[in-house]
Amino acid sequence: MTTSVETLEQLRVRLLIRFPAADVTLVTNPGSSAEHSLLFGAAHAREIALFLRDDSQLALDYCSNATGIDWPDKEITEVTKTFVPDPAGGPAKTVEHKTTHLQPGYLESVYHLYSMALKHGPVIIRVRTANRSDQVTIPSLTPVWRSCDFQEREIFDLYGIVFEGHPDLRRLLMWDEFKDHPMRKDYVEPDDYEWEPTAHGDVAERAKQHASFVAGGATSATASAADPGLISVTSPKDGPGSASPATPKPEGLKP
Amino acid sequence: MSPPLSALNSQLSTNGAPAPFLPSAPGPSVRAVHDQFHGDLLEVSMGPQHPSTHGVFRMVATLDGEQIVKLKPVFGYLHRNHEKIAENTTYLGSMPYTDRLDYLCSMSTNWAYALAVEKLSGQAVPDRAQYLRIIMAELTRLVNHACLVGFLFNDLGTSFTPLLYAFREREKIIDLFESLSGSRMMCNYQRFGGCRVDPTPEWLKAASTLVDNFPRFLDEYETMLTGNEIMLARTQGIGRLDPQHAINAGITGPVLRASGVDYDLRKVDGYGFYPRFNFRVPLGAHGDTYDRYMMRILEMRESVKILQQAFKELPEGPIMDPKAKIRGFRPKAGEAYGRLEGPKGELGFYLISDGSPNPYRYRVRPPSLINLTLLEEMCLGHTIADSVVILGSIDIVLGEVDR
Amino acid sequence: MSDAPPHPIAAPSGSSQPGYTPFPAAGNISDADRENLRRHGVLMTSFEELYNWGRSNSIWPLQFGLACCAIEMIAAATARFDIARFGAEIFRPSPRQADLMIVSGTVTKKMAPLVVRLWNQMPEPKYCIAMGACAISGGPFKQGYNVLKGIDRFMPVDIYIPGCPPRPEALLNGLVQLQQKIKGEKLTGPHAANFTRADKPSEYPIPEYGAHDLEPTKNDTVWAPPGQKS
Repeated sequence: MTTSVETLEQLRVRLLIRFPAADVTLVTNPGSSAEHSLLFGAAHAREIALFLRDDSQLALDYCSNATGIDWPDKEITEVTKTFVPDPAGGPAKTVEHKTTHLQPGYLESVYHLYSMALKHGPVIIRVRTANRSDQVTIPSLTPVWRSCDFQEREIFDLYGIVFEGHPDLRRLLMWDEFKDHPMRKDYVEPDDYEWEPTAHGDVAERAKQHASFVAGGATSATASAADPGLISVTSPKDGPGSASPATPKPEGLKP
Repeated sequence: MSPPLSALNSQLSTNGAPAPFLPSAPGPSVRAVHDQFHGDLLEVSMGPQHPSTHGVFRMVATLDGEQIVKLKPVFGYLHRNHEKIAENTTYLGSMPYTDRLDYLCSMSTNWAYALAVEKLSGQAVPDRAQYLRIIMAELTRLVNHACLVGFLFNDLGTSFTPLLYAFREREKIIDLFESLSGSRMMCNYQRFGGCRVDPTPEWLKAASTLVDNFPRFLDEYETMLTGNEIMLARTQGIGRLDPQHAINAGITGPVLRASGVDYDLRKVDGYGFYPRFNFRVPLGAHGDTYDRYMMRILEMRESVKILQQAFKELPEGPIMDPKAKIRGFRPKAGEAYGRLEGPKGELGFYLISDGSPNPYRYRVRPPSLINLTLLEEMCLGHTIADSVVILGSIDIVLGEVDR
Repeated sequence: MSDAPPHPIAAPSGSSQPGYTPFPAAGNISDADRENLRRHGVLMTSFEELYNWGRSNSIWPLQFGLACCAIEMIAAATARFDIARFGAEIFRPSPRQADLMIVSGTVTKKMAPLVVRLWNQMPEPKYCIAMGACAISGGPFKQGYNVLKGIDRFMPVDIYIPGCPPRPEALLNGLVQLQQKIKGEKLTGPHAANFTRADKPSEYPIPEYGAHDLEPTKNDTVWAPPGQKS
């Protein structure tokens, strides 16, 4: 059973009474599942988590799921319209000013908490990092719920959130020498798309950049004739006379 | 002499009444060897290619003689980037990938994903589809538990015979799956708003007959295995799991219930039409490997009961909600966490939608990975042969652990 | 074209019957004569045929399952599909005792060095079956950052079995094809099998874990995209 907004709001008030210095906000979930969540500031997250676990009314002793989410920087464009009166007496002109500012992104860790003792839940809590580049440390909830052990390691591995207080923070799924955080939205994966027999969509684009795949031109015709198994990705509008420009190999991987 | 089946070390809880938390059993004691032959500790890497690691799973065990003093699991050898691929695929396009997560139980994994998406989009499911989903999920539970018991006995050293018996039953059930959905293992059967194919009356009759004959296989299995003294000696008292530790570590499924904690999502959440069915939840008393084995046997018997009720009560009607949108499916922005009681534990899907045809974040809550959290605690003090048996009793599938 | 090795299951030269014959003729005795002799109770064979017949009917696979295809491999070993009839029911846990590696399941980049190491540990003559779409080319997980797009990037593969997963019967069919391939192998002469030649490698370089990918990403002597000649 899900916790409604009202009781979550009551919980929020109770937490603020108990931890006055803490930062607890309600995040509403617009979808039809109505699973709203509480956003904790990083400073007091573990204290509040201990309270959630040990409180007799809540008894949230079971952390079911810990998820990492990447929210990249978003460019927000604001358009302001100003009326400029025409000195010659004509109608006023509207001048549009476009200002763009960058809403900084962050990484987020979401926990779904249930109670096995009282059989209720979920209570969903979120903790966010300050930004995506250098301030990526948030407190680990593994000392509170041991189930977060492997899941926080995985979030560290795939997203790069550093969990302070985790007993054994190292990569879980990728090898230790791996440097990237693959689940981030700006991760560029290694390019091994040299041979794509059934290329489609963006895979076709990547395959085209390799020598074994020639899009358009006479070479494509001879290649197809020589090896009937080779499926050409020439799009209909590229006639046989058009030669594909030499496209450079895609940029290297993110350092 | 093998003890009678009635004197099993398990207690059954009736509908609703929670079993009391048992006092925590004394933890595994490190049997220290006090003699002058103390040598250096030996670090052994078991896996990822190993006859008994159930896939590409690696355990780095530090041994003092034969006893384990430290055990660190290493994952990632089957990390297939399911979550990243799902961010670039539509919601329905990820359904065949969920088959390959827990490849022994594709029907229930499909249902977990469909449940999460239906929660996200507010999609209703017709009655017949709900019953069919329960039928498929319980048949999958039979397949999974039979295979697990077979593999567990493989680990115990019976080489292949119980596995052959278990796979004989599995073949019967997946023949049914193949005639229904087209594939033995990767069924891709559930859809958002119902099921893909309606079973014919002949299929229902064949499935019903199979279910009615299933207890005979269980009796045959139990006669050979449950009271077997070698099995008792090798599994009783091995790999005890304290219930408080289990709850805190997020252990779910038969492993948790073997420690005495009454938490079965079919009862707690009551998803689908499970509240209409009359079944009990077996609980263990000691939390050792023997209890985990008995959990599976008893759950198979309960699944047979659920299936018999389902076949009797299956209503006529559509299997797919007529208002369900298949093409151009774009759930409104929001998030949802849908979970169900898979054969291995709580299988959940956490989806965040931003209004586009692809999910923004797609997360699988893998029961096998979380259930491995306390592997080290369960194995400390035991020998390396026991660690293989303990791992087998936790029931992991690497497709789900690594995703 | 005369230098190209004959197709292992093609009709042998000098034979009056087209198509596959169980013992491709080695030497100058025609098959009709051999059949005649056989009816009189005289079996003529060559060391090569006997050796290949023995090897192909007792292939010992390595107990090596990676993912979902491994379950179908185990099912092929169970009583219903019965790989034992083909002599291959002894799955060896140790690569030192195995002569067939069935790569069943997705090979991830984390696992790839270990697969190659296992291959190197197997003694010659050894064979590799790539079972399932993932082992052939990455399969449904092809667009994954941790997925190796086919084990043949690092190792030579003898038989490819498509499917996701291939039915156990498909695996048995692949095994039969491998048996026919082994039976057609030559031990001497210009087209001798690789394991008889000292200049052909039997161990392959093991890739290392790099910062972003395996290093090297593929073995160029083993695999090249079909458009390019290696």
